[in-house]
Amino acid sequence: MSVPTQGSGMTWVGRSIRRLEDPALVAGQGHFTADLQAAHWVRFVRSPVASGRIDRIGVPPNANVITAADLAGVKPIKPMLHKFSYVPVAQPVLAADVVRFVGEVVAAVVAASKEEAEDIADRVEIEIVPLTAVTDARRALAAGAPVVHPEAPGNVIVEGRIKTPDFDATRASAHTLIQFEAHSRRQNATPLEARAGHTAYDGATGRVTLTCTTQMPHLTRTAIADVLGMPESDLRVIAPDVGGGFGQKMSLTPEYVILVWLARRLRSSVAWTEDRRENLMAGFHSRDQVITLEGAFDKDARLTALSADIIANVGAYSCFPTTCGVEPLMAMAELPGPYQAQAYDCVSRGVVTHTCPMGPYRGVSRPVITFALERLMDKAAARFGIEPIEIRRRNLIDRFPYKSATGLTFDEASYRQTLEMAVEHIDLPAFRARQKQARAEGRYLGIGFSTFSERTGYGSPAFAARGMEITPGWENVEITMDPSGLVEARIGSSPHGQGLRTTLAQIIADEIGVEPRQIRVVHGDTDRAPYGWGTFASRSLVIAGGASLIAAQKLRTKLLKIASHLLEASAADIVLEGGMAKVSGTDRSLPIATMARQAYYQTHRFNGEIDPGLTEIGAYDPAGTFSNACHVAIVQVDIETGHVAIEKFLVAEDAGRIINPMIADGQVHGGIAQGIGNALLEEIVYSDTGDILTSTLADYLPPTAREVPVIELHHMETYSDASITKAKGVGEGGAIGAPAAVINAINDALAPFNIEIDEIPATPRKIRATLRSAMEKRA
Amino acid sequence: MTGKVAITLNINGRDHAISVEPRRTLADAIRENCGQTGTHIGCEHGVCGACTVIVGDDPVRSCLMFAAQADGVPIRTVEGLAKGDTLHPLQRAFMDHHGLQCGFCTPGFLMLATAVLEREPNITDDDLLDVLASNLCRCTGYQNIIKAVRAAAAEMRA
Ligand code: FES
Ligand code: FES
Repeated sequence: MSVPTQGSGMTWVGRSIRRLEDPALVAGQGHFTADLQAAHWVRFVRSPVASGRIDRIGVPPNANVITAADLAGVKPIKPMLHKFSYVPVAQPVLAADVVRFVGEVVAAVVAASKEEAEDIADRVEIEIVPLTAVTDARRALAAGAPVVHPEAPGNVIVEGRIKTPDFDATRASAHTLIQFEAHSRRQNATPLEARAGHTAYDGATGRVTLTCTTQMPHLTRTAIADVLGMPESDLRVIAPDVGGGFGQKMSLTPEYVILVWLARRLRSSVAWTEDRRENLMAGFHSRDQVITLEGAFDKDARLTALSADIIANVGAYSCFPTTCGVEPLMAMAELPGPYQAQAYDCVSRGVVTHTCPMGPYRGVSRPVITFALERLMDKAAARFGIEPIEIRRRNLIDRFPYKSATGLTFDEASYRQTLEMAVEHIDLPAFRARQKQARAEGRYLGIGFSTFSERTGYGSPAFAARGMEITPGWENVEITMDPSGLVEARIGSSPHGQGLRTTLAQIIADEIGVEPRQIRVVHGDTDRAPYGWGTFASRSLVIAGGASLIAAQKLRTKLLKIASHLLEASAADIVLEGGMAKVSGTDRSLPIATMARQAYYQTHRFNGEIDPGLTEIGAYDPAGTFSNACHVAIVQVDIETGHVAIEKFLVAEDAGRIINPMIADGQVHGGIAQGIGNALLEEIVYSDTGDILTSTLADYLPPTAREVPVIELHHMETYSDASITKAKGVGEGGAIGAPAAVINAINDALAPFNIEIDEIPATPRKIRATLRSAMEKRA
Repeated sequence: MTGKVAITLNINGRDHAISVEPRRTLADAIRENCGQTGTHIGCEHGVCGACTVIVGDDPVRSCLMFAAQADGVPIRTVEGLAKGDTLHPLQRAFMDHHGLQCGFCTPGFLMLATAVLEREPNITDDDLLDVLASNLCRCTGYQNIIKAVRAAAAEMRA
């Protein structure tokens, strides 16, 4: 459906207008959680031990320190999944008898200032009898491994299996089998603003307002009310400006529960600002996976059968609301990617260990499975002696709708076209010539491709398939035009950098004929916005955008009805544009603001045919769609140091209709930068005893402007019926595709040494170690 | 508890007479004692640059400096960049080129770039890249920050 454009034919959709969010942010006038002052400050005391029994907690005299013993009646965090042999495990809000990872909250110190709270926290003595810890998922699976939760004696807490009936026969008839292990090390999403929470108690109503860095304000309210056993209406959750989230801020954290509990107990205001060390230790980790992958190819290099054993290290507890099934199960459902393999056999397990709990991070598993699958394609191309692009040409989905081996329906997309678009712009023959020349000079250049799908904008049916007790998906949008003609759109999504206030305003503006700057999008406040699921999973522009379109269309219909009354013309002859309702072909017109006044103050004129006021609600719950792209990286590897320089990064992308090209490109840039970090730099490291060795940004290394090359973007827009705005969502693709392209490029560069690097991140040390062992073997 | 010291922080031309513990960082003093919350804290250990302000003429990581060290020295923060309603060329360029997403790193980048462009208006693109590589942004992938700063540099030279 195209947004009906009337009169001048100009639409707001499709234009790179400046963001409505920006004037406040560039002037330092944003409102972030840590900007709030409070009467009390909290410092959490965290376990220094990965596994152990708490013997005693020694509290300094006269200090206000809360421990599990104080929290009678507070329930643990215990998300539920009704499928996949899920074993529910409970995470106490404060560790009670045992600790299960370094950084787990054991006590909360309350004091009048941050410094004082820190001083007291230093003097809290936690005596823990250490037990043997297990941090590696494979070790946790071995017989005799320490048990993290008694409910799950083998440490497996979720297990999915899929096997198509034709798998064995198809595999048996394969021409070539390729098997290998792909490792993804543990990462932290690292939003630049770490977590923060502030609670304030209102003596008049007994209500508490929690302001916090969440991506899901409504669900945070529901979850905390459940855990504390308080009426949900007594809690208001505000997500003000949030300094990035990338998934890390969508799960419930015990810290916020305690802040709400404290505000009620103290009848006062309480604040906590997480420091970076806490965030790197306890702010959720991701992507710690090992995938054993086997591809069966026919004689023409067509992938006919795929099998995988996926082990996801999910840490010590299961995150709410997605549960820790989110990584292993998404990996299982989407591993075949954009390729036509119809025979599939997969076992995917979530394994608990004595490490920080896993939470979703931009792309959830897809960066890992794409890296694994794209390595498979390149290995197969090498085996068959064809170019990586050729094997992709032969295997990419090209008929729609396409039903995948795992039952997903792929709507209209452009997998092959984006590949060809990328190939055309990269000039592969010229690169190969340059590569050859460089090798002769002892310089190692490589090119890597990654073609992938990005499942986006999925509503409740997709979440229901996972058996989640809490099944998110839909969005509501309420649009009100006030008597002055200004518009407020209240949304349940909760953007934090995505520019949704601007893009939704563009969608709405086209429908009702006013400018985007006259539309204020309100979000992130449970008292103001309708219940919704927040911003994650590349969903907000598709789902909140669709709901905005529906609500705006209803408002438009109503405005036309009013105009028809006031202008005495048929609604079909009236256009809304430039703030006016105009009768086509005449000079009769009326400001929309005038109509708005009438809708409130002159309702008697409508003879009871039009309801008073101007508020409309739109709801949208789509099945989901797929964006797609081809990423290409050109790298140079210094074989002496193992350093990888990315010379060029090119993207051919299709995210359906682009509402604001500037914003869409920004999403892709940001995702790719994170993908480059994942591919080359970022790794959370634990010692064998479970100490975390990467707890500063000098050890855990997000890329800087030096590591991110110029990104060349090319666009294609395929419109599918799966999204009513035709926008497909673009939040995660950059992060999904980039690691694979970079790793494939490194492998291409190092092909003369006959080595393969199947691990992210490929740090200089790992590259050097691999090269060294290859050379030793040769010698 | 340590005793407090009385100091005056001059922020954007305004004096703030405050009393702080000697260990209080400049970042905390600017934000909490002086209420100027535009300066952000992303790591409090000197790596991310979100807390960058201009002390004297130098861009400084305010999380690595004690408030007492800045006693009496003119400090500039993001709140002082615009002249009334007229935005600084860098602020405009960040909006024009989409140099921010969540906006958390933005004050730090703006102050870093302001100090550097004032000192070195003809800085080469490559040197500028080195300078910008000293701050972290997790959202933008830096492309548009670099574009914005280059555009503002050109405008400021003109
Ligand atoms: S907060 Fe000062 S450098 Fe990060
Ligand atoms: S815009 Fe979010 S960290 Fe830079």
